[in-house]
Amino acid sequence: MKVVVCVKQIPDPATPYKLEEGTNWLVRPSEQVLDDTDRYGVEMGLQLAQANEGTVTLVSMGPAGNAQGIRQALAMGADKAVMVEDDGLRGSDALTTARVLAKAIQNEGFDLVIAGTESTDGYSGVVPQMLSELLDAPALTYATKVETDGSAVTIHRQTAAGYDVVESDLPAVVSVTAGVVEPRYPTFKGIMDAKKKPVETLTLGDLDVDKADGQKVASITDAPERSAGRKVEDDGEAFNEIITLLQQRKVI
Amino acid sequence: MANVWVFVEETNGAPSTLGLELLTKARDLGETTAIYLGAGGDEAFSTLGAHGAASVLHANAGDRLPSGPVAAALAEKAAADSPDLILFGQAYTDRDIAGRLAARLGVGVLSNASDVRVTGDGVEADHEIFGGAQVATAAMSGGPHIVLVRPKSFTAQPSDGGTPSVAVLDLPDAGKSEAKVTESHVEEREGPQLGDAAVVVSGGRGLGSPEAYELVEKLAKPLGAATGATRAIVDAGWVPYAKQVGQTGKTVKPDIYIACGISGAMQHLVGMKDSATIIAINKDPDAPIFSVADLGIVGDLHKVLPQLIEALENR
Repeated sequence: MKVVVCVKQIPDPATPYKLEEGTNWLVRPSEQVLDDTDRYGVEMGLQLAQANEGTVTLVSMGPAGNAQGIRQALAMGADKAVMVEDDGLRGSDALTTARVLAKAIQNEGFDLVIAGTESTDGYSGVVPQMLSELLDAPALTYATKVETDGSAVTIHRQTAAGYDVVESDLPAVVSVTAGVVEPRYPTFKGIMDAKKKPVETLTLGDLDVDKADGQKVASITDAPERSAGRKVEDDGEAFNEIITLLQQRKVI
Repeated sequence: MANVWVFVEETNGAPSTLGLELLTKARDLGETTAIYLGAGGDEAFSTLGAHGAASVLHANAGDRLPSGPVAAALAEKAAADSPDLILFGQAYTDRDIAGRLAARLGVGVLSNASDVRVTGDGVEADHEIFGGAQVATAAMSGGPHIVLVRPKSFTAQPSDGGTPSVAVLDLPDAGKSEAKVTESHVEEREGPQLGDAAVVVSGGRGLGSPEAYELVEKLAKPLGAATGATRAIVDAGWVPYAKQVGQTGKTVKPDIYIACGISGAMQHLVGMKDSATIIAINKDPDAPIFSVADLGIVGDLHKVLPQLIEALENR
């Protein structure tokens, strides 16, 4: 079974994000990290591939930089990676991203595509669904549990009320929530092996993709600031401040 | 007049609140058609009409996963009717259909919108970035424009709208995109729900351990509050995803929001910063949560919360 996992390198979320002057694109340093939510997809892919004698290929779009984030995912156990990097892809929207990933995935061939539900830097939250449309496959989304026998796939799909059991034949696209599985930490051997694993780099020209017109960020304005209120150091009695405020607001 | 479509999903036999919020907004933007997904019925259709839908396109997917067939049907309909704007909510099924539809039509999607405007030459949508510190306004070219709007961006209000005309949206065979829903599980939930509680008490990493979430629950009880959580402790498996407040979770706007051991990551702030009154307890005096808090207590929540709970319980 061929499992493809979509992964993304993002600026470290612990650092403040900045926008580029003029274009309003997110500034991406050469040192990026694996989006934490992708660790769940990688782990899920590894477990399903192992159970079905399959392979796991990572597919990623964006500035490769030092590829540290991709190496993180390879160190977990993925077999190889395909990275699409092209200056012409800067500022891409979700549709262009999905078109690029779909082409790269089609080139690899796939039975199951796994992606996170949304990235931590962009949050558009629609790339897996767009991918499924472009790949002519069902989108089994927001999975909290995934099972496959190599010919069909069944998931628990998160809903507002609880969850649905959803099933389809393969090939399929599955988006996974954090918590679908517990991601492993790379071992020392995994980290060493990752350095020797194949990482293929493609450009826009290799893939024949139309860049979508998409949307332009026309302006950025400061949101009306919420005035910070009082800050009180706890002296053992600060809970009374909360009681007083709750009384003023007539909650108690 | 702009031709505006609004996707509305049926929830518990009636149009979802999110869908009615979008309809309320859409009726000021143009001539509105509700795309209604569910069993349907006169009562549901008249609610849609009251909130501004001049017409209803009714789709019932039965036990099929709706995204494939509904997107295919809407793409065909859009080619014929040329809507200027299609509004969806930032919600599970909405995202599924919007994404597939956009890819089919070859148009972009603007996600996480907090407001949307029809201008002379197209559509503009605002979305908050950096946890709500700034607002980015995106102008969209081409069309139709597909916009995903965050819940609670608008308030659902019936107007004097009449009974809408109703037509059936036939769903085609989705071929290889077909998937089946074989079971639906409703998780039993006790107490007030996050979406509509007047008071919300949430916990974050600062609780220190999954067991300490009990403090959040104990504080919620005497206040009749719903309990929430940050993504960090949901990802860590301390509490279920249904409790997550933030960008990837629920958006809440209660009268009172009490943040316990929450640093105030962007991802969390965007889901709660519009609460009327925010109270934060955190031991780090520089935590970003204090910049939005009306009352910030710098201290050890393991000391403050038990005192607060005891005081409330003794009242």
